[in-house]
Parts: sequence; C-alpha cells; structure tokens
Amino acid sequence: MNLDRRQVLALGVGAAVMTAIGLPGVAVAAVGDVEKAIAEFTKGAEITTGKVVLSAPQIAENGNTVPIEVTVESEMTQASYVDAVMILAAGNPNPGVATFKFSPMSGEALASTRIRLAKTQDIIVIARMNDGSCYKDQKTVKVTIGGCGG
Amino acid sequence: MKFYLKSTLMALGVAGAFMATTSFVAADADDHKLFIDDVEILTDIAAPEGSPLDHLYSGWRFRSPETQDLQTDDFGNPGFAAITLAEELWDTAEGAKGKSCASCHNDVDEGMKGVSAAYPKWSDKLGKPHTLVTRVNECRTDRMEAKAWKWEAPEMLAMTALVGLQSRGMPVAVKSDGPMKSWMEKGKDIYYARVGQLNMSCANCHEQNFGNMIRADHLSQGQINGFPVYRLKWGGLGSTHRRFKGCMKNIRAKAFGVGSDEFIALEAYVASRGNGLAVETPAVRN
Amino acid sequence: MAKSKPRVKVPKTADAGEVITIKTLISHTMESGQRKDKKTGDLIPRKIINAFKAEFNGQTVFEAIIEPAVSANPYFEFRVKVQESGEFKFSWTDDDGSVYEKSKKIKVA
Repeated sequence: MNLDRRQVLALGVGAAVMTAIGLPGVAVAAVGDVEKAIAEFTKGAEITTGKVVLSAPQIAENGNTVPIEVTVESEMTQASYVDAVMILAAGNPNPGVATFKFSPMSGEALASTRIRLAKTQDIIVIARMNDGSCYKDQKTVKVTIGGCGG
Repeated sequence: MKFYLKSTLMALGVAGAFMATTSFVAADADDHKLFIDDVEILTDIAAPEGSPLDHLYSGWRFRSPETQDLQTDDFGNPGFAAITLAEELWDTAEGAKGKSCASCHNDVDEGMKGVSAAYPKWSDKLGKPHTLVTRVNECRTDRMEAKAWKWEAPEMLAMTALVGLQSRGMPVAVKSDGPMKSWMEKGKDIYYARVGQLNMSCANCHEQNFGNMIRADHLSQGQINGFPVYRLKWGGLGSTHRRFKGCMKNIRAKAFGVGSDEFIALEAYVASRGNGLAVETPAVRN
Repeated sequence: MAKSKPRVKVPKTADAGEVITIKTLISHTMESGQRKDKKTGDLIPRKIINAFKAEFNGQTVFEAIIEPAVSANPYFEFRVKVQESGEFKFSWTDDDGSVYEKSKKIKVA
C-alpha cells in the first residue's frame, strides 16, 4: 500500500480509504457462512429475484444504527403468504442479522428495524413463501467511518 | 502497518481539510423542516444581535435524511427509552426524606415546563453556574437526602432528558449578564483557543467551517439545543461534556474533565450561542 | 445497568379487517460479544435480546429471531390485520433468560 498525500486527498471521503484497506481488528464473515445460512434457510429451493424489496440508505452516517425495511409482495392469505424473511450482512463478523416470521394475520409482509454494519457491505434479504419458494434482494450500504465524530 | 497507515491518513485527512480548499465539499445545511408527531420545531433562526454567526442552524439540519427521520416521531426516537425510565424515576421516592421529584414539583410536564431552556444558570448557593446535571443533584442530595447521580449515569441522562423534553420547541434562553458574565468570557476563551496537536479551536470547525465536510463528517454549528442527545455512535444518550471531550480528543488535545469548571463555562457559552433556537431534547445525532 | 423497558405503540381502535402498524422498542445495550474491554483487552461477553414475539388473542402474529447485528435499543415495526377486539401480548427474550413483556388492548368495530 503506497498512498501519497495527494492520492489520499483525491480519494476525499475517508470512508473510501478506510474501506479499501480494511479496518484493523474487524473480522469479516467468510463467504461460506453466508452461503451456509442461505442454504439452511431456503432448504435448497431455487432463489429468484423479485417480490421482496429491501429499503436501506445508500450511505449510512453511522454503522451503529442503520434503518432498514423489507416488504414482500403477497396476498397474505392462508393459501398464500410469506413465511419468513432472513436478513444477512455479508461484511459483518457474523452475517446473521435477523429473521422475521410472518403469518397470514400479518395482513402485509412488511417489517423494519435498525441494524449494525461494521463497514461498507451488501445487505442480503431472502423471503421464503409458505410454498417453499424463495426470493432475494440485495443492497450495498456505504458506511462512513472516521472523520470527527468525537 | 495498518495502524500506522490509519493514523497517518486520519491526520492527513483532518489537516488536509483545512489546508487545501479543494478538499472542501460544499454541503450546507439542508432545507428540511422538522416535524415531530406533526408539530413543527424550528431548526433555524436569524442570529440574535451580537452573535458571531449570521444564521443559527440546529445540528439536525446537517444530518442525513435517515438520521433526521429518527427524530420525527417520539416512538421511533430511541432516546425515548430513557424518557420512559425517567418518568418512573420522577415518581420514585428515594433518600432519607422519602421524597420523589414529584413530591415537590408535581407532574413533570407542569413543574418543569421551560426550565431547561435557561440552563446553565447562575446559582448564588454554588457561587457558580448550575448545569441541569448539578441542579438535579442538588435536589437529590439536599432535598431528598439521596445519593447524587454521576454525570453520565443512565439515570442522570434520562432525568435531564425528561426535564429537557418539557422545554421542547421553546427557545433556548441562557443569560449571559450579571454574575454569568465572567463565566461566559471564560467559555468564550476556551471556544476560540487553539489546542492540541492539530492546533484547532471549536471555532475552526463550528464557526468557520460548518456546512463543510471534514472527511466523512458534515460539520454542524455545534449547537447543543438537543442535549442530552441520543447518538447513534454511542447507542444511547450522552451529555454535552461527553461530546466536548470527544471533540477535544479528535484534535489530539488533553480533554477537560466531565463536570469541570472549564466544561461548565464552555457549556454555558455554547448554549448562549444558540439562544433563540428551539430546544430539541432528546435529539438524535450520528 | 438499568432494567430494560419495553415500549409499544398500537392503535386504540381499528376497523374489522384493517391492517394496523405496530411499533416496538426496548431499551437494551445489545452487547454484541465482539467488543473488547478497554482496560483488560478481554472480550465482553455477548448479552442481547435474542427473540421477539407478538401474539394477538393467543395466536402468534409476528416473530423475530435476533442476532447481535441488531442495534442497541432494538426497534421493530410490522403490520397486523385485525378482525376482532382483543389483546396483544409482546415478549422479548434476553440471553440471560429474562423475558420482558408488555400487553396492549385494541377495540375493533
């Protein structure tokens, strides 16, 4: 790594630099962990895109509290409903964030919470329907680190 | 290696932001309006006469839309978990006298309305200004004969937040004259004094460069109208003194102590720079 | 540490078949198990709220399995379709085995 001052300034936003070189001491989940969690959740079902939408900020001012929301398109009846939604943060020391379990009584498959992100990374959400079919959405959230946040 | 690189980059980033104008990213206060449960809280006003600033902006205006959102409903505002705790404490009798806050002050919303907007405030008894923290402790030790709470104790933060909430939307009105004058001067000296390895003063960031980015951070005017504030970084409420300490550490200065006369003077002076701004306690910041 | 305080927001009334929004928040530090004690350098043991459940008239309507990546003072917002009057029961389970509970009634016309 050989950055001179000009390059550092050119990069401007410190977070970009920090992300590029990685944060000392922060462990990152192995790719295998993410795959394993997904396989357990989907029980081997094929994953399609669509139906599930993850809302998350493009840039999080602080990784300690990042508001996110998931919604899944479904009529939410006894015959057809969203069973569960799993949220993973691929760049955290442990990828698991939360799993929401819905029921036909949910009326609407929507839930929001606030999560911790150790660094800039992808958030992955997988929705599992009552018939076992699975859908996926994914967003990258940039986490600003450093600066003068006292 | 990584540590070395990190600290070098940080030093360069901070110093660089002030040396090279090209590294400034103009990003003024936004034009968002703050409504909390549909009641508007004014987040900017024309500066009062004698202010070194032209216009006063609440720190809320410098935050990202997601952080701003967290303050727009009292349920979603995580600082309100502490309010729930403080409401219980308000009615809880403690100490040798068997009194609670409510024994003297009745309901908090009638007894404490507008109170915090005037703090820090001169105390003849102390011979120096009272902050809300020392005022709460005076009640505890003298009237309740209970143990004082520590400055950053969860109970103290919760109670000062609850008292502050009773002034929400009311203008900050800290007195600078009379016996407060010398403390204001002392606070002002601290505000403008360059300190630390980076040789910076409060004014360098919060008066001369608010609205600009310092690395990844959007600098505010450093107004304290929302304290105690829920900081995402802290994952909880914290006092002005804790925030001051963080700033001083960032400029590589030896920080004054929480509760020190220096920080009391600085708190009084910084509060007075926000005279007229609406109280936002408990605000949410990054 | 101060005891965890749950808060919930449920509308007092609703129409039959209406989908209502429920908000919940509990005060909790959510110690992740990743942080080190600044003085000793030892890892601070994990202590989080690991599960949340909402029941309506005895039936589970929403659940969350929670990992340390959920922020301090966990917040959950979700929807429920109500057909009749009744009572919501919310419970949060701590790693230490404690369960925090809160109930709210709703009138459905």
